[in-house]
Amino acid sequence: MVDPLPNPLLRVDNLVRRYGGITATDNLSMEVIPGELHAIIGPNGAGKTTLISQLTGQVMPNSGTIYFAGRDVTSLPSYKRSRLGLARSFQITSLLKDFSAIDNVALAAQAHDGHSFRFWGNARKERQLRDTARAALERVGLGKRADIVVSQLSHGEQRELELAVALATKPQLLLLDEPMAGLGVTESARMVALLKELRKEVTIVLVEHDMEAVFALADRITVLVYGRVIACGVPDAIRKDEEVKRAYLGEQHAVTHHG
Amino acid sequence: MTPKLNASNAVAALLCAALVLLPVYSAVTGNIFILTLFTRIAIYALAAASLNLIMGYGGMMSFGHAAYLGIGGYAVGILAAEGIGSGFIQWPVALAVSALFALLIGALSLRTRGVYFIMITLAFAQMAYYVASALSRYGGDDGLTVYKRSDFAGLINLSDRTQFYYLCLGCLFGGLYLIWRIVNSRFGLVVQGVRSNEQRMQAIGFHANRYRLVCFVIAGTICGLAGALLANNTDFVSPAVMYWTRSGDLMVMVILGGMGSLFGPVVGAIVYLLLEELLSQFTEYSGLILGPVLLLIVLFARGGIMGLLGRMSRG
Repeated sequence: MVDPLPNPLLRVDNLVRRYGGITATDNLSMEVIPGELHAIIGPNGAGKTTLISQLTGQVMPNSGTIYFAGRDVTSLPSYKRSRLGLARSFQITSLLKDFSAIDNVALAAQAHDGHSFRFWGNARKERQLRDTARAALERVGLGKRADIVVSQLSHGEQRELELAVALATKPQLLLLDEPMAGLGVTESARMVALLKELRKEVTIVLVEHDMEAVFALADRITVLVYGRVIACGVPDAIRKDEEVKRAYLGEQHAVTHHG
Repeated sequence: MTPKLNASNAVAALLCAALVLLPVYSAVTGNIFILTLFTRIAIYALAAASLNLIMGYGGMMSFGHAAYLGIGGYAVGILAAEGIGSGFIQWPVALAVSALFALLIGALSLRTRGVYFIMITLAFAQMAYYVASALSRYGGDDGLTVYKRSDFAGLINLSDRTQFYYLCLGCLFGGLYLIWRIVNSRFGLVVQGVRSNEQRMQAIGFHANRYRLVCFVIAGTICGLAGALLANNTDFVSPAVMYWTRSGDLMVMVILGGMGSLFGPVVGAIVYLLLEELLSQFTEYSGLILGPVLLLIVLFARGGIMGLLGRMSRG
């Protein structure tokens, strides 16, 4: 295969993941170049979350290779990939529910500050960790909610906290799994504005159902159907793509209705 | 953060004061029994506090924690039987063997979760129980009498009731302080984070099991110390201290007092052992009453007694 884009940050070659008789990821190849916001869309069951989970190491592929920053990470466990600079947010909010917002973020910062076999000092009093965490919280607009326990935060705030946690690991690549899921109109708009800011600093892979958001944000879009890439390109090309239109026929949010 | 003045902290402070002053009360009233009873309570409170570290803070439901009571006890007993009476040798050995055993059990059982983890820790403790029963050189089933308490070269006399009580209390307070530091440290936050959401902790870059294992070993080592104290207290060690019902007792103390509360296990040990003592004067079926009490706690007071106090003070 000819490599059209030099030095991709993330490269996936012929990835396959089967669940019983279902092929959730079907010989999938794609590339993410540094600095871009790369959206992945597709109808329900297209295997988007399965793909993200393989990229971050929660799910291991049956075959294929994943390169991150030029390194084969296919068999690395998730905690090691995180240390290399690969961060993810979860589709279903997955936070430490009985911890405060700032604890959640500070732990993410701590994970990237050497080992944590320190048994004596009070970690909640470590200025540097707390400052990093506070900055990440400010970033996503949660500065005033730092000491609130996660279970007391609203759904929208929890989605923002997911982002802050990912940011605190100082990632090179941010994988966002439906950050808009379950958000109201105003909350969605805030999230889009936030992502517009973040994309200036970090490469982002965005899985999202909200087509308006995708077309507003993405530099390139990859369309998945049944675990396969049926199209990949800039938003305008994707909008005109016949196969994409066909795949989305019957889906409520037809791509062509937007933009 | 300065400690807040609330019901649970007030109870903890009062309790500490009462425990420190107990020998005075005992001397004034001539009530020796209460000193003996509370020596035992302090030892079990230390064991329960160590279990709380993995169970309450770490979310690891070990059903074999009494094994370390036996291992610590046998380390003291066997060395004493072989003519090594110095506590400076006995106790470090007790701690080291407990730590090794915890490392072994932990490395194997932490591959599992939930019910499997409970069963596998139980199985290992039962194995230790049967191994001890088979040690015919050291009493086997009948247990091993410790004829002479650990000798600390005149520094402290373990045969003196009051001195021994203060030693046990000192170990308890020291253990609690250590656990308190650990729980609030970087390490402690990681362990509690893993309890809360293991997948998330992996995703942000923590090798969860490594931290759980170290926590498991620390808890086992502290409980080994309780075992060394217990053997000195009873002048005797037998396989029975490792039996699964004893592990159950420790779990009950933790749950009763309040999982994940620093002082909970102390309160739990006091209430449980006092109730047991009290009830045994009226009936030999003390479990008939203790059982329902525990059931009520689990059903209506999830945070145990300390949790209940916390809620009361919040109104």
